[in-house]
Amino acid sequence: MTCTEVFSNYALRSIGMGERLLPRSDFDLCQQFVLIGSGLIWNLYFAALALFVGFFIATGLAVARAGRSVVLRKFADGFIFLFRGSPLFIQFFLAYEALVMLPRAGIEIFGITVATSWLTKAWAGALIVLILNTSAYSAQIFHGALMSVPKGDIEAADAYGLAGWSRFRRITWPTMLRLAWPAYTNEAIFLFHATTLVFFSGFPAFQQKGDALYYANYFADRTFNPFVAYPVAAMYFIIATLLLIWVFGRVNKRLNRHLPGQGGRVRYRPQLVR
Amino acid sequence: MLAQCADPASLQGLSWLMCYLTSGKHMMFYASFGTVLLLLAITAPLALAFGFGGALASRSRIAPLRWFGWLYTSMVRGVPDILFFLFVPIAVDQGLEWLRHKALCGGDAPVRQGNDFVVCAAAKLPLSTSPQWVHEVYGFTLAVMAFAIVFGAFAANVLAGAMRAVPRAQLETAEAYGLTQRQISRRILIPQMWTYAIPGLSNLWMILIKATPLLFLLGVEDIVYWARELGGAKTSAFTYPHPDWRLYYFIGILIFYLLMTWGSERIIGRLTRRLSAGQATLAGEALRKGAA
Repeated sequence: MTCTEVFSNYALRSIGMGERLLPRSDFDLCQQFVLIGSGLIWNLYFAALALFVGFFIATGLAVARAGRSVVLRKFADGFIFLFRGSPLFIQFFLAYEALVMLPRAGIEIFGITVATSWLTKAWAGALIVLILNTSAYSAQIFHGALMSVPKGDIEAADAYGLAGWSRFRRITWPTMLRLAWPAYTNEAIFLFHATTLVFFSGFPAFQQKGDALYYANYFADRTFNPFVAYPVAAMYFIIATLLLIWVFGRVNKRLNRHLPGQGGRVRYRPQLVR
Repeated sequence: MLAQCADPASLQGLSWLMCYLTSGKHMMFYASFGTVLLLLAITAPLALAFGFGGALASRSRIAPLRWFGWLYTSMVRGVPDILFFLFVPIAVDQGLEWLRHKALCGGDAPVRQGNDFVVCAAAKLPLSTSPQWVHEVYGFTLAVMAFAIVFGAFAANVLAGAMRAVPRAQLETAEAYGLTQRQISRRILIPQMWTYAIPGLSNLWMILIKATPLLFLLGVEDIVYWARELGGAKTSAFTYPHPDWRLYYFIGILIFYLLMTWGSERIIGRLTRRLSAGQATLAGEALRKGAA
């Protein structure tokens, strides 16, 4: 097979399009590059959706934690403690076991049968766990930023007659984002890297549709050679991480555009598995 | 095992549960919590040492050493750590076997033959004749090595940052007194950097705790392994038949980790308070004012 054929057969293999059978012998570099790159689609899918949904939940949690209602505050505290205090790996296992226990036939709610089987699939189940997990971590970051919004900004907003929602929307929230953004960039990178855990933690790769690390592991297992497949996957992740840093850097610039001499580069300080 | 557990089929309710939870397999499950703690106890100082070496290397005056330090500290930034956990044990294993193959068997035959990694019998690690526990210890050692390398890189990042945070004037003063680079490092830089390093290192400790279930990926019989093993549905062919209880086992593990992180957070809080006492930092100032 030429490399072009390999590409057309396997470029979308991770989402079930193209050749059904994975290569079984005569592995070459081209196959490894194409398949591992194909798996990266899943990592990008999980990261993009989890970050997008998690962003709004995290904002809500941060506001709830800083708010006056004791019930909401306790709930936010508990949620953040639960998801930040336990390993993501265990959360995946726990969620999978819990979702498998749902009745196969579906649950009846108000006379409508809601199907449940899709929840045990990685695309939904793992996504939910990732959303909740990143919500907790981001909420912690946003809460810290919310607490350091300058008092003067709020007083100035009061003086201009801004209150309630419009004050939050136009003053508090942008300032909070601006302060939180460097730390939030780190969180986005951790989350992106954490998506590699999905197919190693209970969620089965249905019909061998897996992520980049799943395919890298496949090749390393078949060829008994970790020195090709893993570096290829690493290269993809480095490129994707650099792109992510670039995108978040642009946002950071925009958030800080009113401040002279501010909004330089976001320094990425790495952290590890959660 | 308890005497009344001799015939589990005749037991009911609570006494059945008591016997179930004290069965031999469960004892191994409880012991695997010890494995996790052992991993933490070995990895933490080892990673700190690796990190220290990495941080010093990245400040070295010798260019190749500095490049190595830079590479080591930056390798974890763009690449998921799980990739390293999969890569390091098998890479180290094959590296050692290759070296032994070269040394012990003359090493004329290539080690990579098609899709196989072939070394002579004498070069196998551990030898196929060695008892089971040697295999387990070897596997655990490889896991520790993977953890130490990855967390060493993270610690190197933290420590390099802390070394940069030591006020430049301190080092310049030491230079003015005629101290050599080595003396400055030992007497000025390293004693002062700890205050700056503590927040990062304590964060790293929390992350290390939360990374320990990844032992399962490295093939060690850890708590995740036993939870899946014991929790899976057992037919009546087993001594203690039960449906799928994996969920409850994982809830148990979750609580274990929540307790670990909660306890660590409290201890770190106390430690930070003690370390910031008398320091010329905001935290130290707050403590001073609080006491007055």
